[in-house]
Parts: sequence; C-alpha cells; structure tokens
Amino acid sequence: MKQVYLKNVSTLTLDSEKCTGCGMCTNVCPHNVFSIQDNTAVINDKDLCMECGACEKNCAFDAVHVKSGVGCAAGIIYGTLRGTEPTCNCSGGGCC
Amino acid sequence: MWYYAHMSIMKTSSKLSLIDYIGNFNVRWGINRGSYRVNPGLYSLGTPSEESPVLVTANYKLSFDMLRKSLQGYSVWILVLDTKGINVWCAAGKGTFGTVELLHQIQSTDLNNVVSHRKLVLPQLGAIGIAAHEVKKISGFQVIYGPVKASDIPEFFENNFKVTKGMREVQFTLWDRLVLTPIELVHSIIPMFIISLVLSAIYGFSNLMSILFYLFIAVLAGAVITPALLPFIPSRSFSLKGALVGAILSLFTFLWITPSNILLFISLISMMTVISSFLAMNFTGSSTYTSLSGVKKEMSRAVPMQFGFLVMGVILFIINRFMGV
Ligand code: SF4
Ligand code: SF4
Repeated sequence: MKQVYLKNVSTLTLDSEKCTGCGMCTNVCPHNVFSIQDNTAVINDKDLCMECGACEKNCAFDAVHVKSGVGCAAGIIYGTLRGTEPTCNCSGGGCC
Repeated sequence: MWYYAHMSIMKTSSKLSLIDYIGNFNVRWGINRGSYRVNPGLYSLGTPSEESPVLVTANYKLSFDMLRKSLQGYSVWILVLDTKGINVWCAAGKGTFGTVELLHQIQSTDLNNVVSHRKLVLPQLGAIGIAAHEVKKISGFQVIYGPVKASDIPEFFENNFKVTKGMREVQFTLWDRLVLTPIELVHSIIPMFIISLVLSAIYGFSNLMSILFYLFIAVLAGAVITPALLPFIPSRSFSLKGALVGAILSLFTFLWITPSNILLFISLISMMTVISSFLAMNFTGSSTYTSLSGVKKEMSRAVPMQFGFLVMGVILFIINRFMGV
C-alpha cells in the first residue's frame, strides 16, 4: 500500500531545459517520483516526494532541486531549541 | 593469490552466529547500541577474485549483518564506510555515508589494486549522501545503485546488476514499523515516570499506580498502536492519527477504571490524547515517507493544539485536586 503524507508541500523542482534524460534521478528516488518520457525526466507525483535529496545530489546536470532534510519531528524540535537546522540527534546508533 | 597479502583486508562470512542475533535484538531495544559497530575497511566474503563485485555499506551492525546474510553462496568484497555506527539511510542524510568518506575508503584500502574492474555497488538509499558523478570523476569508480533491500541482492546479481522497479521503492510494511516500536517504548519510559511522579505529587502518591497505568496506555497508543496501524488510521497527519488512537484508547480504559468525576475525566483524556499525539508525531522520524516541509507544516498546526490541551488537562487536574469537586 502506498502511503502518502501531506499534499502540496514538497519543494521539488525540475528544470527541463537542463535535463539530459540520463535517468539517474529515476535510479535513486526511493518513491518513484520520476520517470523518463521522450528523453527527459518528468515528475509523476510530487506528493510522494520525501525531500531526501538523492535526486539533486546525483543529477550531474544540476536539473533537479529540492530543499532536503529529515522529515522528523524530534529533529525539528531539537533544531529549534538549538537554533540550528533540523537535525536528527542519533548519536546513540539507530536513527531518530 | 597476491591480493590476500593485503594486510588491511578482513574476513567475514554470510553466516550469522547466535551472538550476532542476540546483538541485533539488543540494538532494536536500545541495549548497548554504541558497541555494535563494525570496523570500517575492506572485507572478503567467500573467496573473491579481482573480478568479484564490491558492495559498499555502513558500519552499523544491523546494516552489515543484513548485507552479509543475503550473500550466501557468493564471493564478494564488502567495503564498510565509517558512519559512526549509524545505518545507511540516516548516515547518508547526515553526510557520513558520503562522497568524501567513500573516496577515503577506496584510497585507504587500496581498492584500485585489489580489484581489476572499476564498479561499486551501493545501497540505493546511500544516494542521499553520494554524488555518483563526483565519485567517478575523482576515483574512476562507477557507482551502481543496487536495491533498497539487501535481500534483493541475489536477484540483482542474477539480473546482471540491473534493479527491477520493485527493488527501487522503499516500503513501510507492518513489520518495518513494528521493529521500530521497541526503541520508541524505551525512550518513553523515563519521561513517563517523571510525569507520573509529578502528577501523583499533586494528587497524592496513593494514586501513583493508576496514573502510571493511564500514562502507559497513552504511550502504548502513540508509540506502538499508531505506528503499527499507521496506514489504516484516518488522516494524513501523524499527530492527528495519534490523537485519535489516544482518545479512543483512553475511553476504553475509562470503561475499566473510571475517573471519579467529570473534571478528572476531561483532564485525563486531554493529557492522554496529547501524549499519544506527541509520540505519534515523533514517529515521523522513523517513517519512510514524510518530508521536512511536510513535518514542519504538520507541527505548526499540531504543537499549539497539543500545548493547549496539555495545559487544559493539567489545570483541570489541579482544580479537581484542590477544589475537591
Ligand atoms: S538526473 Fe538530472 S539530467 Fe538525468 S534525467 Fe534526472 S533530471 Fe534529467
Ligand atoms: S527528494 Fe528524494 S523522494 Fe523527492 S524526488 Fe528526489 S529522490 Fe525522490
């Protein structure tokens, strides 16, 4: 079952001008947000994006952008208290 | 074979011992977590040759064990990055499972001279921290993103290092969610005791046991039941899901142990709902599909509400105690 979070919040953008259709974004996205149609990437469903940033990091042509971070309430609280960006304080081993 | 002369290569196997299983159980429950790190560096599994694949992972014990367990019958190299004992996904998010560390390990293990090919298989979730094109440019190694789950690796090998569509997507099954709940429970124990002590200091210590019991139900609702039933509870917002489960569960509890009057009833149900809602909201960090922007939006609505209901609950609790309603 596909689980979807809040609608219309993801900061994901795609610059089709720069896209070469190399397909790397489809390889790295854990939620199948992209597909390649007519040699260029298209966003299938932006609401599935979890802003992990893998696509931006692995696009060699600077065509995808997303403000990435961890979607983690504890991280946001921790970040707010310390006045920093949201970070997960997973010093213990596992995560969040 | 000359490359076995490499001092730095460590040996491992695809068989997990009883000690490994106990260790993994402990990691899940937060027991002795820090000591379950794997030494970073290059490992041989089976009898790999210079043509055998190189798989990259984190030095979190569970990640390493899952990987080698899935490699029964294969001979491969495993390159373990130093992620400070944190799993691939989280470490990639923090950047410790990252381009720089990967390049560093390629160099320090002399990988160039161990294998003749120039390919590395990385877990797909590592992509969050690794820029494949930069790795290629600097080291000459091509990064191939393998399946999300280690258990799909044999199929990935048989399929000529191609990932099928199902292997790309991150699932969040009932089992995935359940294995995360012990740690949520463990984290709630101390706060739960503190709150119970404070409340029973107000109400009289003779009530400590029943207050503990109410809080336990709230923690169960937010940290276990909500995560387990996540996709089946209405609403997209985790805090609302938690509030709903918390409220329903407290009502059921009251059928059994009924609060003595209406004020106490409202007070307890607000506090229990808030606790459940807050814990469920924290589960966003463990889920595999929430985004930073989404959680920020959810919190901007939920936190003021939670705070409001908490204050109301506490005030009613105190009124009830001292007015003797
Ligand atoms: S990785 Fe970049 S260039 Fe390649 S298909 Fe995706 S957006 Fe286009
Ligand atoms: S940020 Fe992550 S989830 Fe969103 S589109 Fe990029 S790779 Fe997919």
